[in-house]
Amino acid sequence: MNKAKLNIGPNLFNWQPEKWRDFYFEVADVAPIDKVFLGEVICSKRAPLFYGEFDKVVDRLEKAGKQVVFSTLAEVTSNVDRRLMEKQANDKNFFIEVNDIAALFFLKDKKHSIGSYVNCYNEDALEFFAKNGATNICLNPEMPKSGIEALNKTAKQLDVELEVQIFGRIGLALSARCYHARAHDRVKDTCKFICDIDEDGMDLTTLEGQKFLTINGIQTMSYTYLNLVNEMSELQKIGINNFRLSPHSSGTIKASKVFRSLLDGEIDEKEASAMLDEQDLGAPYSNGFYHGIAGYEWRV
Amino acid sequence: MDKVQKPELICPAGTPASLRTAVDGGADAIYCGFVGSTNARNFPGLNFSLDEMAKSVLYAHDRGAKLLCAINSFPTAGRTDIWKKAIDDAISIGVDAVIIADIGMADYMSKKHPNARIHLSVQAGASSAESINFYCERFDIKRVVLPRILTVGEIKKVHDAIDCEIEAFIFGNIGMMAEGRCSLTNYVTGKSTNMDGVCSPANFVHYEEDIDNNLTTRLGEFAIDCIACGQSAGYPTICKGRYNADHRDAYYAFEEPISLNLTHLLPDLIKAGVSALKIEGRQRSKSYIRSVVSSFRNAIDGYARGETPDISDLLALTEGHKQTEGAFKSKIWR
Amino acid sequence: MKSNSHFSNASFGKQKANKNKANSLKNLLPPLPLFVLQPLLNHIVSSVAKKHPELFDRLGDNANKVFLIDPSDLPLFLVLQPNPLNPTLKAYNQNEIIEHDTYICGTFATLMQMIDAQSDSDALFFNREIRVSGDSEAMVALRNALDDMEGSLAKDVAKSFGPLSKPVLLAMQKFSKGSGKENG
Repeated sequence: MNKAKLNIGPNLFNWQPEKWRDFYFEVADVAPIDKVFLGEVICSKRAPLFYGEFDKVVDRLEKAGKQVVFSTLAEVTSNVDRRLMEKQANDKNFFIEVNDIAALFFLKDKKHSIGSYVNCYNEDALEFFAKNGATNICLNPEMPKSGIEALNKTAKQLDVELEVQIFGRIGLALSARCYHARAHDRVKDTCKFICDIDEDGMDLTTLEGQKFLTINGIQTMSYTYLNLVNEMSELQKIGINNFRLSPHSSGTIKASKVFRSLLDGEIDEKEASAMLDEQDLGAPYSNGFYHGIAGYEWRV
Repeated sequence: MDKVQKPELICPAGTPASLRTAVDGGADAIYCGFVGSTNARNFPGLNFSLDEMAKSVLYAHDRGAKLLCAINSFPTAGRTDIWKKAIDDAISIGVDAVIIADIGMADYMSKKHPNARIHLSVQAGASSAESINFYCERFDIKRVVLPRILTVGEIKKVHDAIDCEIEAFIFGNIGMMAEGRCSLTNYVTGKSTNMDGVCSPANFVHYEEDIDNNLTTRLGEFAIDCIACGQSAGYPTICKGRYNADHRDAYYAFEEPISLNLTHLLPDLIKAGVSALKIEGRQRSKSYIRSVVSSFRNAIDGYARGETPDISDLLALTEGHKQTEGAFKSKIWR
Repeated sequence: MKSNSHFSNASFGKQKANKNKANSLKNLLPPLPLFVLQPLLNHIVSSVAKKHPELFDRLGDNANKVFLIDPSDLPLFLVLQPNPLNPTLKAYNQNEIIEHDTYICGTFATLMQMIDAQSDSDALFFNREIRVSGDSEAMVALRNALDDMEGSLAKDVAKSFGPLSKPVLLAMQKFSKGSGKENG
């Protein structure tokens, strides 16, 4: 059996370039991570912000033995989006993770990954993507265990690796409208990058004061942090060998160490779970989607 | 208007009676789905049995209208047979096109029924010329239903760069999230919009009216909005609710209860090359269908004659009694 | 599963509605003698069930639910149990406590317009001319099932009275319009 891989998904938030750089430097230096997904997925306006640091980060990650994959935009509407998508998808230096079908138009027969923002819910879709050049597919986090299990059977036959997000807030929806800008009485074109004030997104509570959702520009995310620590052995039994952590401003590196120790058999799920519980991320964990119940719920 | 093709008017139907109402009201084509999770409006009491669909095809064809069958949710692994059977059934009874969202089902249909028309559902979220052209190349799709996130200017650019027809929404509910990419309902209820074809399923919706007639709308555990007495209400969807953020209270974080109405943009849309104008609302009643279809029939015919029709009476049918031109008019909406 | 949780709402809504009507319609109407009304309701239900059996397919499992209908301008409740084997529509005195799954309230005219597809129920809800609570799924299923019925329920019911159909229809229309005006 392949050694299980622990990967860091694309950073979804608008961090200051220095913060962005230092996060990946730390990943390169101390995190037990196999694959790192870089690139702006959420907003084409943000993409140039960290370009200045991009080469340095890639260099440090690769020197540390990490595989770097370039994640494309997840939604394409404006001409700016279209140009960015073309540039991302045509990049010759990187393996590409596709987050919108538009990228497939440019990739032609080039091998690639399919990201979690592209819908791959069934065997037929998986087979199409595989024949079209996909070697890895990161599943939508709303996929329940039964779906993961069924898909992995097909994936094995087609020599495709499936990846499952196991940690971090869950991307729930994308929109053309920027809700960060809206919250500050601006619109997307005049946003002045207001999303940079919330390093892990902007929380929404219900009128009754219940914590509910998190806004990240055009994306709506879960308020809870996905945490599949208690499901890891089951996932491995199903045959999943690629696990994704979605980055946050704090706690991601530590989580990666906990999950690595768990995958290496140094600690058990109970211990790993307790170690993750020690971290105060400011929001509770959830694992409902995996169990086929409401995503925000936590089932032990 | 210059020499442009008069677009088709595409109307929704949730029941055979609604379909007949739409056909009689002057719809060029009706879209509807089978009972169950194969379509994106899987509501209790709604949709067509195979027998009802077959009779509806005949009813429409006898009167010169087309029937477009929506099989536009995303089958989950292990259940694709149900969707494939729905596609085969639809073809066997002679529907004029099947509206597909899932790439696996598009692949299936293009191979199994190479001569049948595939329309790419809005749920596929194909918002760029590149994405649409990919679907055209691989599955020979004949028409794309555009997501409600583009301006008319962007639609024109898409039109000029693609090889298939464009269908665009002109009236009805305006979902704030990109279609086919929203798990908000599943996050709250455990029922998936993509996989189960439901958005805010009714069995999770609860209305509570207090002593002063303030109406609290609840989806599962979460209060979506509280509407004061006398205020208009909307659908109990997460993206039309009111929430608090750290720096502001009780605001519509995504959008207020409002409906899309592009009456005044119809000439621009037609000039942009849109072949089919679509009305949302398979979950609405015959009464809605009757009003909206006849209004837009008059509007399209009126514009074709160079007149500017008045269809202000549609306001009563809109959510929250408000209407918007949404993303279509300008980028400021975003 | 029957719930009592909406009782307070329902009966409260009733009181409130009656208070609003105190000076208008209610004074014009004598208390309804329910024993006179009940045979009419039985007749309505059996004739609809006979003419539109497909209605029960659309209701599915929701046919076993109990629908509490509250015409806000009449001093009574109607309870619909659309069980295909034995569908019933019963009138109750407004002071009675009734176990139900779904509650819907609106003026008699509004409710009739909705059933006869003269008004769009979503629009009536947006405008808050109808109020609902309890099992929303059952409500939606009933609405969709009724909406698939061709023609006018009022006319069907009137017709089923044979030679009396014309006066019955006129009376129903008159009442429907009259109470509609009362509520603007």
